[in-house]
Amino acid sequence: MKIDYYALGLKVGLECHQQLATRGKLFCSCKPYLFKGEPEIIFLRRLRPTQSELGQVDPAAFFEFQKGMKILYEADAETSCLVEMDEEPPHELNREALDVSLTIALMMNAKPVDEIYVMRKIVIDGSNTTGFQRTCVVAVDGSINVDGKNVPIQHICLEEDAARKIGEEGFLIRYRIDRLGIPLVEITTGPVINTPEEAERVALAIGKILRSTKRVKRGIGTIRQDLNISIRDGALVEIKGVQDLELISKVVEFEVQRQLNLLKIRDELRRRGLREDELKGEFFDVTSVFRETRCQILRRAISQGKIILAVKLPKLAGLLGFELTPGLRFGGELADRARFWGRVGGILHTDELKSYGVSDEEISELRRSVGAGEEDAVVIVADKIENASDALKAVVERVREAINGVPEETRAANPDGTTRYMRPRPGAARMYPETDVPPIKITREHLERLRAQLPEPPEEKIKRLMSSYGINEKLARQLLDMEYDDLFEFTVKETNVTPTVAAATLTETFKALKREGVKIENLTDEQIVEIFKIVALEKTSKESIPEIVKWLTEHEGSSPMDAIKELGLTMVSEEKLKSLIEEYLDKNRDLISERKLGAIGALMGIIMKDLRGKAKPELVNKILREKLEERLKG
Amino acid sequence: MPIGGSKVGERLPGYRGLALKMLLEAGADIGDLIRIVKDNVVLEGILIPRSEYSDDKHVVIKSRSGYNIGVEITPATRVERIRAEMKPLFAPPPPPEQRAGLPKVTILSTGGTIASRVDYRTGAVRPVISASDLYSIVPELSDIALIDAEILFSIFSEDLTPKHWSAMARAAADHISRGVDGVVITHGTDTMGYSAAALSFALQNLPVPVVFVGAQRSEDRPSSDAPMNLIGAVYAASRAPFAEVTVAMHETPSDEAIIIHRGTKVRKCHTSRRDAFKTVNSKPLARIVNNKIFILANNYQPRDLERKIILRSEFDERAALIKFYPGMNPKIIDWYVSEGYRGIVLEGTGLGHARRECFPAIRRAIDAGVIVAMTSQCIWGRVNMNVYSNGRDLLSIGVIPLGDMLAETALVKMMWCLAQSKSIDDAKNLLIANIANEFSDRTVEHFEPPKFSRREGALEIEN
Ligand SMILES: [Zn+2]
Repeated sequence: MKIDYYALGLKVGLECHQQLATRGKLFCSCKPYLFKGEPEIIFLRRLRPTQSELGQVDPAAFFEFQKGMKILYEADAETSCLVEMDEEPPHELNREALDVSLTIALMMNAKPVDEIYVMRKIVIDGSNTTGFQRTCVVAVDGSINVDGKNVPIQHICLEEDAARKIGEEGFLIRYRIDRLGIPLVEITTGPVINTPEEAERVALAIGKILRSTKRVKRGIGTIRQDLNISIRDGALVEIKGVQDLELISKVVEFEVQRQLNLLKIRDELRRRGLREDELKGEFFDVTSVFRETRCQILRRAISQGKIILAVKLPKLAGLLGFELTPGLRFGGELADRARFWGRVGGILHTDELKSYGVSDEEISELRRSVGAGEEDAVVIVADKIENASDALKAVVERVREAINGVPEETRAANPDGTTRYMRPRPGAARMYPETDVPPIKITREHLERLRAQLPEPPEEKIKRLMSSYGINEKLARQLLDMEYDDLFEFTVKETNVTPTVAAATLTETFKALKREGVKIENLTDEQIVEIFKIVALEKTSKESIPEIVKWLTEHEGSSPMDAIKELGLTMVSEEKLKSLIEEYLDKNRDLISERKLGAIGALMGIIMKDLRGKAKPELVNKILREKLEERLKG
Repeated sequence: MPIGGSKVGERLPGYRGLALKMLLEAGADIGDLIRIVKDNVVLEGILIPRSEYSDDKHVVIKSRSGYNIGVEITPATRVERIRAEMKPLFAPPPPPEQRAGLPKVTILSTGGTIASRVDYRTGAVRPVISASDLYSIVPELSDIALIDAEILFSIFSEDLTPKHWSAMARAAADHISRGVDGVVITHGTDTMGYSAAALSFALQNLPVPVVFVGAQRSEDRPSSDAPMNLIGAVYAASRAPFAEVTVAMHETPSDEAIIIHRGTKVRKCHTSRRDAFKTVNSKPLARIVNNKIFILANNYQPRDLERKIILRSEFDERAALIKFYPGMNPKIIDWYVSEGYRGIVLEGTGLGHARRECFPAIRRAIDAGVIVAMTSQCIWGRVNMNVYSNGRDLLSIGVIPLGDMLAETALVKMMWCLAQSKSIDDAKNLLIANIANEFSDRTVEHFEPPKFSRREGALEIEN
């Protein structure tokens, strides 16, 4: 089915978060890396929602606080100090990170602010030990050109990355604070994107500009996209944490699909005449209905002393099984809410009870207990009474929202592009100044210095590489994508290697080796240049590059010359080659007499199999032809 | 419209020079929505006060997204006032219902703001002091005690003087004699140890506890240690079995335990950590975990409402604390004597030593009737002036060794002894008497803070 996204009024805005590759963190000198293994430092905190002057508290945060939510932080001494532990005030803003973010701002034609103020943005889910994220606007009002369309960049912010969540057990959440404080640049586009595919192209264009600075981190988790998606009659839904750029269009497609299906449910509920006041939120203890049940889940719950609580959802029969996006039914949305607010494992509902081994008699007894008719649905949950009723309250609330269509909420992206409920959309960001960090003036002179060193814009660089070095567009793009563009230019200038050989090696050969598990990242730039140098000097042939690379990654501190010696890849001299070829001709007399000059192909195969990397095929071919012609004449 | 003078300063705090002139011409007030046009860039936002240390060339606005940005003002910049923004009214949630029959606790505030709220519009942080505001910000307090709050002063703790100690002591004694079950004193952390020592001497024969409390992380942040410290302090004041002057603070960086230190043995040992306060040369008095009090030192004075408090709140400020250092000029000591000082606490090296060059000056001081006492700059351990000849000579000159007393406590006690005694000998005798556990006879192996371990998702204290 082809969807006309323009007709649906799709609007997408991107928030791209990119970790910077600085030496230290944004407000301290800790290593900006993640640690593996067991933590050396563990501490426990509670965060208390502060009340704004407007009397607003984030409802989700306040709820979690009331429930006694505790946060267990894990750290090691390399990647965290007292600053990340919120046991020491922040140090000064990292100037290296500031310069990278200003460089990015200038490349996006944004206007740097005259004086930077670091702000505290209240975030009390535990991802920041302080209860706020430190963030500052570096520049405003920029734009980038994506395939001819002007995409406004609303602001460019520099902020600290959050701690990473590594587990959750009931009301105890575990975070590692190694990631906390890694400098992050946030690029916010206007909501001008109209199709899923365009969202992906804009994200890719932003990513290219970021990478062209050569000062951003690479790899999984170092770039994360948040998407703000809405359609006409739908709602603004924020989807957080898309790590794979190639997933963006899918996430947008699925979200549009989800919103359209929720609108269908809305229409159906209206057709059935469900009114909000019919959703009473009366809960019934139906544990006794399932005393003898054959449903494993319920039997286990009862044996653990849990109760089974039920609620009637009037006029919802059949709708809970309605699929919104692949794998996500409307009942799944209810379950997400129940899990979030009630900390329960999940819910069961009448549209699916049979498949869990609940008998027809039990289902009719359940319906009788809550006064549900055939047109109604019943949701049950098994847990402690308090959690179960919080869960069912959330279920009823979600159904109430369904009458009005799509609820505004924050969702998290799954690896397949679908999403799951994360939390209600927070109100207006509550921010106040970080008084521990003095404001920073950005002088004209400083900006001029940065402007003079701006990296070449990616599209211009691709064109220049193609015209100056005669390589094709595909290779040029790959060089930029893999960040080998500068090394490529340096190598070609320094070594006389053919540009296409250098480009193809740095891109296609390296990619193929990576797929085989060769650790290309262990190779230093000096080693790479040296390899091309000896190829250009014909000390070995270009065919032996993969073997040399593989050997070098396995022998730390060795040189490419060591590699060709060890691997026996030194070139055979022309004299030696001549006598060797004579030997091959002697050994293959029968073949020659049979095929005459036609034997040359087969002979090349045999010889090159032995001399691969030791002799240039062109030279072997030339000598072989001469010798063969000689013999056939004689 | 008034220009210049303090009126303007109040209206547009922090603004001077060209920026002030432009804002006044535009008729803009803090909190107004303004527009700044400059180099073809238009910026709109709410006018924010500026730090008084900043330059006079920038105007700070809060943009719609909530971020503050500074805009440089040049003669070509145009500033317009768009309109006054709605001044948000803070409606605190209704204070929780008071439960009758709870213990009564007085909270005296001295300037360390224990609770505060942020004006997210301008970023200003305002202290919360009334009892009902405290209840609405830290509702747990209403389950613990009936609270009466009084503001004594609003000053930074480094600006407090012995006169303020006297005032604190009088106020605490006043509330205690009116029958409260405990007193909590909120205090800036920098000099809280001095004040706690002072009240330990000034409030004798206490029937109920007096608990000092502060915060190491500002109260406006969700991670502040203030609420938990305050809850612990009120809990101790209302229910602890002891009747002593104490300090209640975090025991570790975790929000798990509040540790109660004795006022005479406690010292701020870290500039910023939550667990900056340590009991030195002794064990803390108690620990509070999940509203349970665990007593760690059994030699306490028990709570007894029948006991009549004795107030001895005078301090003689003519006492000094002098830290000895290599090469110290002995004239420093002579100067104090010439200025009329009556007591000197030396913070000597190691077991209680000072440079021989200083001996004549110390002798001159003692001959002039100044009491000279010795503590150690090592912080941990006790002085012993019999081990080396340097110490023995100082003793023979008349220097009084103060055992394992903290140098800061010794200074406070010196001031108190001088004010409480009619003669030098009385004062000396008082100085070496153990009044409020400032001396301990034995020092045992260092008290170790509890280790935290994870077990089935919960933290438990091993000790
Ligand atoms: Zn750090």
